[in-house]
Amino acid sequence: MTTWHPICPWEALAPACGVPALLAAEPVALFRTHDDELYAVGNVDPFCGAGVMSRGIVGDRAGEPTVASPMLKQVFSLRTGECLDDPAARLPTFPVRRHDEMVEIAVP
Amino acid sequence: MTRTLVVIGHGMVGHRLVEQLRARDDAGTWRVEILAEESRAAYDRVALSSYLDGKSAEDLGLAGSDFLADPLVRLRLGCGAARIDRAARTVLTTDGTELGYDALVLATGSRPFVPPVPGHDLDGCHVYRTLDDLDGIRDAAVDGAAGVVIGGGLLGLEAANALRLLGMRPHVVEMAPRLMPLQVDDGGGQVLAGLVGDLGLALHCETATNSIIAGPDGRVAGVELGDGSTVEAELVVFSAGVRPRDELAEPAGLARAERGGVLVDDRCRTSDEHIWAVGECAAVDGRCYGLVAPGYAMAEVVVRQLLDLDGAAFPEPDMSTKLKLLGVDVASFGDAHGTADGALDVVHANNAAGTYAKLVLSDDARVLLGGVLVGDASAYATLRPLVGRELPAPPERLLLPAGAGPDAGALPADAVVCSCNNVSKADITGAITGAALSDVAGVKACTRAGTSCGSCVPMLKTLLGECGVAPSRALCEHFEQSRSELFEIIRVTGIGTFSELIGKHGRGLGCDLCKPAVASILASLGRGHILDGEQAGLQDTNDRFLANMQRNGTYSVVPRVPGGEITPDKLIVLGEVARDFELYTKITGGQRIDLFGARVEQLPLIWRRLVDAGFESGHAYGKALRTVKSCVGTDWCRYGVQDSVAMAIRLELRYRGLRAPHKLKSGVSGCARECAEARSKDFGVIATDRGWNLYVGGNGGFTPRHAELLAADLDDEQLIRLVDRFLMFYVRTADRLQRTAAWIESLDGGLEHVREVVVDDSLGIAAELEAAMREHVAGYADEWAGVLADPVKLSRFVSFVNAPDAPDPTISFVAERGQPRPGPVVLPMPSIRPDSEEVLA
Ligand SMILES: Cc1cc2nc3c(=O)[nH]c(=O)nc-3n(C[C@H](O)[C@H](O)[C@H](O)COP(=O)(O)OP(=O)(O)OC[C@H]3O[C@@H](n4cnc5c(N)ncnc54)[C@H](O)[C@@H]3O)c2cc1C
Ligand code: SF4
Ligand code: FES
Repeated sequence: MTTWHPICPWEALAPACGVPALLAAEPVALFRTHDDELYAVGNVDPFCGAGVMSRGIVGDRAGEPTVASPMLKQVFSLRTGECLDDPAARLPTFPVRRHDEMVEIAVP
Repeated sequence: MTRTLVVIGHGMVGHRLVEQLRARDDAGTWRVEILAEESRAAYDRVALSSYLDGKSAEDLGLAGSDFLADPLVRLRLGCGAARIDRAARTVLTTDGTELGYDALVLATGSRPFVPPVPGHDLDGCHVYRTLDDLDGIRDAAVDGAAGVVIGGGLLGLEAANALRLLGMRPHVVEMAPRLMPLQVDDGGGQVLAGLVGDLGLALHCETATNSIIAGPDGRVAGVELGDGSTVEAELVVFSAGVRPRDELAEPAGLARAERGGVLVDDRCRTSDEHIWAVGECAAVDGRCYGLVAPGYAMAEVVVRQLLDLDGAAFPEPDMSTKLKLLGVDVASFGDAHGTADGALDVVHANNAAGTYAKLVLSDDARVLLGGVLVGDASAYATLRPLVGRELPAPPERLLLPAGAGPDAGALPADAVVCSCNNVSKADITGAITGAALSDVAGVKACTRAGTSCGSCVPMLKTLLGECGVAPSRALCEHFEQSRSELFEIIRVTGIGTFSELIGKHGRGLGCDLCKPAVASILASLGRGHILDGEQAGLQDTNDRFLANMQRNGTYSVVPRVPGGEITPDKLIVLGEVARDFELYTKITGGQRIDLFGARVEQLPLIWRRLVDAGFESGHAYGKALRTVKSCVGTDWCRYGVQDSVAMAIRLELRYRGLRAPHKLKSGVSGCARECAEARSKDFGVIATDRGWNLYVGGNGGFTPRHAELLAADLDDEQLIRLVDRFLMFYVRTADRLQRTAAWIESLDGGLEHVREVVVDDSLGIAAELEAAMREHVAGYADEWAGVLADPVKLSRFVSFVNAPDAPDPTISFVAERGQPRPGPVVLPMPSIRPDSEEVLA
């Protein structure tokens, strides 16, 4: 059974900007894209171990929504967490939804 | 069986010969011994003068000249050849070694000719041939004093310019009635004299040198001219022609040409079948050539013989030349003096503009034989390959100013486009299509065209275009346009947001390439605080948090310390803040104090304290002006000639906050001793006793570069005006993340073009550039003060949106030398799934 954890109000998210959140003890990066889709991936950059993914630039590659690590600029798919520049690396992804005026994340 | 080739002389031609031989001798039939009298491996002598204008000895090194790794090549630096024993087939070196050879190549070049006038060997007399010569001239140069160059040919003018760059007042003495008598005719000489006169060169034509006068200290004090008058001078440079270095020939019993040079046939073979001579020391059928292109052609001829390839003979050489560096265009090509029977001249002279152009045509006016261009040599790249061919257009049209001239389509396929390296148009277009080349760098690497004197590079660009390769300037997959095109679009349309821009002029959502670039353009144009609304999401993390992200995800805090000057009180505040927040503290090369290790959520607290104490953002995070370094100048230094500190502060405050394609740094030195290292900056200022010299384009990043002189002896206001124009021109036209050095290199005409636009206002945009800078200066506001005053912006500085005060678990510190430094990175634990518990237990 999935448990949804309320994270923050919807207005706390600006379009195409990420915010960091703490899910149990796990740092998560939460994104609202231009077209108001929500994505949640791990906040820790697998290449350097720093919790910085939420500070990356949101965009797209050939239509795939992406975030670029602000550290060494590798680009990750927001949908799958896969690193598009190095398929060996990936970010964990989390189910995320808007529920009333709250944004909620679940642990899979 | 491996045979031994000995090459005497490691200059441009000797080097080319060995390089070509090794590139084609797959079977390793030759082992090569190179004797090099100079202490350095071969370097680009053609570009020698640039050594005094920003290039280092390493820059001039010829690619691949470290033969160290090649087991079949041995390069003996600082070791000359003393004697050749033809019977024993050995060469005796100056350090006493005997080297046996199967084949021997003389590539000993030339030595400068020093006319035997009285006093020619005084202290203070120099020649102009090697890097060591130039070091000697640099050491002997006296700022502000006069120097005399004897000889007004191509090299003499380069030497005069070198003296000028060293701060001296150059005089040029020439026997002939005009400068560059070999290349230029009377009409061109007149225009040339006017142009170099404007640069401050004093000319003495049609006069001999009677003697060099010694001062009481026995050093050069002046030069007495043919008419008995004297020119006072601290230094004399002889540039009166060269003599082939054929001194090894006679004792070895090798024939010399009547007027000097090792006599060889059209295969560059001497009277001994095992010995060849190439380059400037060789007299091919009795004639010596003082240019590198014929030398390379000789090297090619000999390599083919050594490898038993079909031997081509030495071709009719191309003696075209172009003056470099003076900022004065002079080019001459083909039969410039119209010596052919019945040759006709077509001349177009414009005294007002200071340009002169002459084409020499065959008697029926249909075939181009040669020409002279002075003042504007832009047609050179197109015209030179057309020599010996039928004109593609009426001669008048070919002489019109650039743009109206013929296009590359007019060039026949076998025309030689790069004469230095003997590369034809067909070679180039073949490489472009064959290897799918997309830029000039590719063409250079693939064909060698454009790698020597560079005068054919404009033609390479044209040929790329002709092959349908429009160099892609697209910023990324979301924008077809280049950064400078987007800049113009935003400037002209007044578009203020990224979404509007991408909606109208791009596609998709954007990415980490185009978003920060557009953010930087918006900021350059002063469209709001960089974190206003949507703009926040465009910024690289550094700009988004107005701090520089460090490797563990924390940030550095760098307040502005203009010119490096700081009061004790402010210094104390910095110390207290660092201590209270446990920040690592370092004084940096940019003369500021960096505080490292701040967490996102601490940034506003730290800046609150700094802003209250009178600090403002130092933009260490932005592609913006960083620091203007200064020495201590006239206030404290015994040598200072201008107030470098006041000027550095003035420049730093003027340009603070200016967003640019790349970060910018500057420096101001109070005298030529250059303690502020201003020439390693994007724009650097060095004081002279007459004002300020402005240098631009230093600091090339991965490829370090010295800044080059843009304008000299400026007063304060002139200096500011030129820097305003230079920076704005750069901000508007450079590519994404392009440093000033790379930007200048990418412009057609390079530094010269920058000078035309910025100093001479050739595009008529100077006033607009200055106005844009005034607007920037007037609109400046401290970004951190803006954040502190805005709750919405402040709300982003949290560690976690749902736990604003919980510290980020990935950050840790350990102590070292009494300060914190990032602790070991704790790579994230995968979240524990139930089925893996037993593994952990
Ligand atoms: C300032 C300047 C600007 C120039 N500009 C141009 C230009 O724009 N276009 C152009 O085409 N050409 C130009 N030249 C000429 C060009 O540099 C020469 O034509 C070219 O370098 C000749 O090559 P080389 O190998 O024959 O001789 P060099 O490059 O002179 O090399 C000869 C080498 O042999 C060494 N050597 C001599 N004797 C011995 C010995 N006994 N043992 C061991 N080593 C020995 C010398 O020390 C020297 O290093 C310019 C030259 C100068 C100085
Ligand atoms: S550059 Fe000149 S003025 Fe400045 S500190 Fe050095 S010696 Fe003194
Ligand atoms: S003509 Fe000199 S590099 Fe091409």
